[in-house]
Amino acid sequence: MLECPDLKEIRISVLGGPTTNELVDLLEILLLQSGFRPTFQQSEYSRYYEDAVLEPEQIAAFKPDLIYIHTCSVNIRYPPQVSCTEEEFSAFVEAEMNRYRAIWASLENTVGCQIIQNNFDLPSNAILRNLDSISPGGATRFILELNRQFAQASVANPRLTLQDLATISARMGLDHWYDPNRWFSYKLAHTVEGNFAIAQSLASLVLAIYGRTRKLLVLDLDNTLWGGIIGDDCADKIVIGRETPIAEAYTAFQEYCLSLRKRGILLAACSKNNEEIAKQGFAHPDSVLKLEHFSAFKANWEPKHENILSIAQELNLGADSFVFVDDNPAERAIVEAQIPGIAVPDVGSDVTQYASIIESKRYFEQISLGKEDLERAKRYEENTQRANLESKFADYGEYLDPLQMTAEIGDFNSTYMERIAQLTNKSNQFNLTTKRYTLAEIEAIASDRKYIGIFGKLNDCFGDNGLVSVVLGREEGRELHLDLWLMSCRVLKRDMEIAILDGIIERARTRNIERIVGYYFPTTKNGMVADHYEKLGYSLVSRGEVAGRTVWSLEIENYAARSRHIQILEPVHG
Amino acid sequence: MDSLLPQVREIFRDVFDQPDLIVTRESSAKTVDDWDSLAHINLVTAIEKSFKIKFALGELEELKNVGDLLDLMRTKIEAK
Repeated sequence: MLECPDLKEIRISVLGGPTTNELVDLLEILLLQSGFRPTFQQSEYSRYYEDAVLEPEQIAAFKPDLIYIHTCSVNIRYPPQVSCTEEEFSAFVEAEMNRYRAIWASLENTVGCQIIQNNFDLPSNAILRNLDSISPGGATRFILELNRQFAQASVANPRLTLQDLATISARMGLDHWYDPNRWFSYKLAHTVEGNFAIAQSLASLVLAIYGRTRKLLVLDLDNTLWGGIIGDDCADKIVIGRETPIAEAYTAFQEYCLSLRKRGILLAACSKNNEEIAKQGFAHPDSVLKLEHFSAFKANWEPKHENILSIAQELNLGADSFVFVDDNPAERAIVEAQIPGIAVPDVGSDVTQYASIIESKRYFEQISLGKEDLERAKRYEENTQRANLESKFADYGEYLDPLQMTAEIGDFNSTYMERIAQLTNKSNQFNLTTKRYTLAEIEAIASDRKYIGIFGKLNDCFGDNGLVSVVLGREEGRELHLDLWLMSCRVLKRDMEIAILDGIIERARTRNIERIVGYYFPTTKNGMVADHYEKLGYSLVSRGEVAGRTVWSLEIENYAARSRHIQILEPVHG
Repeated sequence: MDSLLPQVREIFRDVFDQPDLIVTRESSAKTVDDWDSLAHINLVTAIEKSFKIKFALGELEELKNVGDLLDLMRTKIEAK
């Protein structure tokens, strides 16, 4: 596996309170499984503070992509005494928080990469019993307060990702989490099972930081979203609602799916059914899910894997970002075998377990929840309306104009850094070079005079498409080299790339640039942009030896702005 | 030969990632390369999980070699 060429290199610095070797071994296995080839640096036992604050240069020299600070309740330096008063309590909290603020600030200033910090597990002994979480002298209350302040620190700082050790340990139970023998013998704070749970959660956070989270839930209908077979039983006989325990369980699962949709996970239906009859299920008065919640709906007698692939095509998403949920084990096996990369959890056939089984797989880990995520499902709904409009027009320009598109083309600024980094990590199809950038790298580029970083936002009569395109140009003498050009597939064929090109050239001219140089690096996913530069009028400079890479150039002297169907607005910052 | 040795030997080979490692009752941290404190934790954890036994704090400090370890394991397995 170590020889596998497709693995992404990742360097992780681990600063540990307890011994971290076992945790790192487990994490290495899980990351290899998820497509990463990790290299680790570990602090000496319990030197997390000293390494971070006094000798951060050694961490910087390792050039980590990520730093993980693993401390737990045994590492608390200033725990309050039982006799502690309310006034003293605040001072103890402040003292402990200051240690961590110093760690984070030092790492940010010296190393500047993403930091993952876990919050605290609750103490193994709560000597005040129930009072422990109430009294200012209680260790539990102290930790709860630290965790609250850790959460605030993470919300205020996008470079500080929090791992919720408090919940991970609660899920396992503190009696299975701590092993005092291992602590005294080896300074291992947790059981093997505990360390494994921490490693699993970390691996999914790493995936999230690199944008490799799942995007869409494909749902079977009969005995998955409702009880019974709608084709046999008729729509008014399906089991859903509040009348029986089983009906309530199906309703709860629909509510779970709807809550995923509200946080940005798309839903699609895929069922062996007659389409008209299948749709009646969502007209049932007790159905929480309605037809409009589905970004794609396939009910027919074709094999499910074919339907899923056509859903992927319709929505311009990779099927390897899908999760397939079906109560039928045979369907699960076929889909899993036919579609590489799709996640097919063994949900069994007991509806009460579906949600917790899906949850346990951590498919939808995310490091931040932005406006983009909360509005995503609505955008895909608007896309369906646009597609309907498209079919009514013969000439393409005739279709584009009534969309009343306006674009905002702007230079990288702090408001959009996170979204820009997120896009560089998850765009695969309309992506000329597929270069990935962390938030830290994007921030560094934004303040470097050598670079021109441009984003594009697109609006139309159906709504706001959000920030959908990113271009990164590097100045070299009189040439601007485009290291990156990507666009979200939801605005394909809207002439957005032309508006962006106008924006690039406008900026290039202010810097006396004469020529724009573009690169296309083929991957298995970006075939759709092989002729991107050709279509924009660039000339082919060279066809590389390496895997069909091409280089293109465009003289800008006689270039006149080309955008016809999109009105360009001045950027609005804020 | 000690009846527990074959299974314990496999655990050693797995932990040290040496498929041909020779392990006898006389083997000890002095005779096995790479048997450092970290490998020791992995060995103990793997043995505890495989045989479903737990070593008490300090019990392992008394042991001189693999033979002593096997004897201690046997008393724990029989006491179950």
